[in-house]
Amino acid sequence: MPISFYLLVSAALFSIGVAGVLVRRNAIVIFMCVEMMLNAANLAFVAAARSLGKMDGQVFVFFVMTVAAAEVAVGLAIIVALFRNRETIDVDEVNLLKG
Amino acid sequence: MSLALIVLFPLLGVLINGFLGARFQKPIAGYIASAAVLASFLVALLSVLQLPSQNYVIHQTVYTWIEAGDFKADVAFLLDRLSAVMILVVTGIGFLIHLFSTAYMKDDHNDPKGHLYGRYFVFLNLFIAFMSVLVLADNYLLLFVGWEGVGLCSYFLIGFWFQRDDAKFASQKAFVLNRVGDFGFLLAMLLLFYFTGTLQFEPIFELARTNPEAFQTAGLGLAGGLTAITLLLTLGATGKSAQIPLYTWLPDAMAGPTPVSALIHAATMVTAGVYLVARSAPLFEATPVTKWVICGLGAATALIAGLTALAHTDIKKVLAYSTVSQLGFMFMAAGVGAYGAAIFHVFTHAFFKAGLFLGAGSVIHALHGEQDMRKMGGLAKKLSATHLTFLICGWALAGAVPFAGFFSKDEIIAALFGAASNPIYLVAGIVGLVAAFITALYTGRQYGQIFGGEPRDKELYDHAHEAPALMTIPLWILAAGAIFAGFLNLPSFVPGMQLFSGWLEPIFAHGAEHGVHAAANPILLLIGAIIGWGGWLIGRSLGINSARAQAPGTTSLDKFYGVVVGETGAMVAVFSRWIDEKVIDGVVNGVGGIVGGVGAAFRSTQTSFVRNYALAMALGAAVLIAYFIAR
Repeated sequence: MPISFYLLVSAALFSIGVAGVLVRRNAIVIFMCVEMMLNAANLAFVAAARSLGKMDGQVFVFFVMTVAAAEVAVGLAIIVALFRNRETIDVDEVNLLKG
Repeated sequence: MSLALIVLFPLLGVLINGFLGARFQKPIAGYIASAAVLASFLVALLSVLQLPSQNYVIHQTVYTWIEAGDFKADVAFLLDRLSAVMILVVTGIGFLIHLFSTAYMKDDHNDPKGHLYGRYFVFLNLFIAFMSVLVLADNYLLLFVGWEGVGLCSYFLIGFWFQRDDAKFASQKAFVLNRVGDFGFLLAMLLLFYFTGTLQFEPIFELARTNPEAFQTAGLGLAGGLTAITLLLTLGATGKSAQIPLYTWLPDAMAGPTPVSALIHAATMVTAGVYLVARSAPLFEATPVTKWVICGLGAATALIAGLTALAHTDIKKVLAYSTVSQLGFMFMAAGVGAYGAAIFHVFTHAFFKAGLFLGAGSVIHALHGEQDMRKMGGLAKKLSATHLTFLICGWALAGAVPFAGFFSKDEIIAALFGAASNPIYLVAGIVGLVAAFITALYTGRQYGQIFGGEPRDKELYDHAHEAPALMTIPLWILAAGAIFAGFLNLPSFVPGMQLFSGWLEPIFAHGAEHGVHAAANPILLLIGAIIGWGGWLIGRSLGINSARAQAPGTTSLDKFYGVVVGETGAMVAVFSRWIDEKVIDGVVNGVGGIVGGVGAAFRSTQTSFVRNYALAMALGAAVLIAYFIAR
């Protein structure tokens, strides 16, 4: 299968993720969309690795997954702290910095 | 021995009295301050004694103050023949006045709780420090530091009893009038730097002696640069040394404590102008026009101030106008090139004028604050020490032979007549004789009114008592000076007794056309003696017999200033206020408004919605990617 199919799927996944981040209001759902964007990038890497015959892409996927895991840990901690202070995780309600 | 110690000891006194003065018992602050000045005097004396072995010049650089490109101005002290005389006068008489003040300020009617005592000595020590900087400086910039400093201390000390109206206004008046002079001094320094690239004395004087063309300006030749410089220096000296038309601050300055009047407005600060002119002698010698101006100014001042003194009834005002008049004499001497005679008069004047002022202080102290001479009289037996010292110093001021003032004044007048081929100097000489006669008149009158005849106010007379030793000892020392200081420079037909001029001659020898040895004209001496004694005796009988005369109001010069300067000043003030409110504030507020408006416009991007920010990031990323793809 030509690599372009895989890259198209990756692009589609990425766009859906972006759309989700911009549209959804629930902080946890926004995080899930961010994860989706990261995984779309992983897909692109693996496809390229297979297509070029090198292992570099697949190794890089490990790095991306590690970063994603760390980001989730920190992000979820922030959301928990936010909920404890504001009783909500709707990002539209967090507007104290309004100028 | 470091010359900087002369400045540092009084500064130490300032620190001690400044921080701890309020906690001391009354006389201690005074003793500390006096000790500091005594230390300065001893250092100065020791340094002066070392002068002969150092070729009469001790030049010490303390540190480099300003170094910008080729311009260098150091904090450096120069002890040569001229500054030696001045520093000994400043510290020596300063010490005597500190001693006097220690006792005088103890019963201060204006300060019942005694809180101000320490403050007084802080300012007095600060003054000695600045004055020392002034006379020891080796460049114009450092001299100016001292110049400004003594003006500042004068402001503080005149307005010492700051709750009194007369003191407040007088201190401001002194400062503002001095400022006019300082403006001239500053411009002179700028011009000096422009022409020579330095402000140190020696290089400038060397240039003026050897290559005066260096000061030429296009179109005006020598008359441009050097004459402008010397005229501006004269303006500076006029402000500081109370010449016409900038003298009106000095009589008002009598609102300060009497020892202040003695130190600052008789012996030291007001002589700073004369010192400046004497120090800059090489410059003045190259510009005869300025010398005529100085001489004319001095003559006018001597005469007018003397006449004014004749009309006053406040003991200190008479002495104040007398000081202005004597400064006029010093300027006349400088104007004819007899700088040595001018400095000699500074020297003798310091003794007898300080003695007179301190004596007046003693009288005021004895009469519990009374200063109006019309209420005095017959105090000779009651205040014996004060009486005798006042008498001796009065004789010196009047120019009665053989007291000090006779010799110094005679030398000036002789120098003037020696140059009488120039009509300006001839007129000045005649004015000098007239002014000398008037001096003797008002001095005798003052003596007669205070000490002679019958007491005019019985109550005051009964409560009068002589001053304590701490006040009378300085009086005696100053009176001794008034007797003997004159002998340092007898007329030249007495061989070998021209110590003073001999000491100063090497400094002024370059170019002073009439030399420092005034032509010894026995006729002039005789005239001088007659004027001195005759005027004094006539004045004394005038004083004894004076009825309750009307006191004059302010001089018409003051009224002129009030109207012209005051009114134009008020108009300028209103105009400035309009500019300040409408124009300047308008611009400032306008800038603020613009900033606020731009800020409001941009504020709309701060929605605080995270999704909006995420959208902005996404759009930005899209634009960048599109750009890189399109490339």
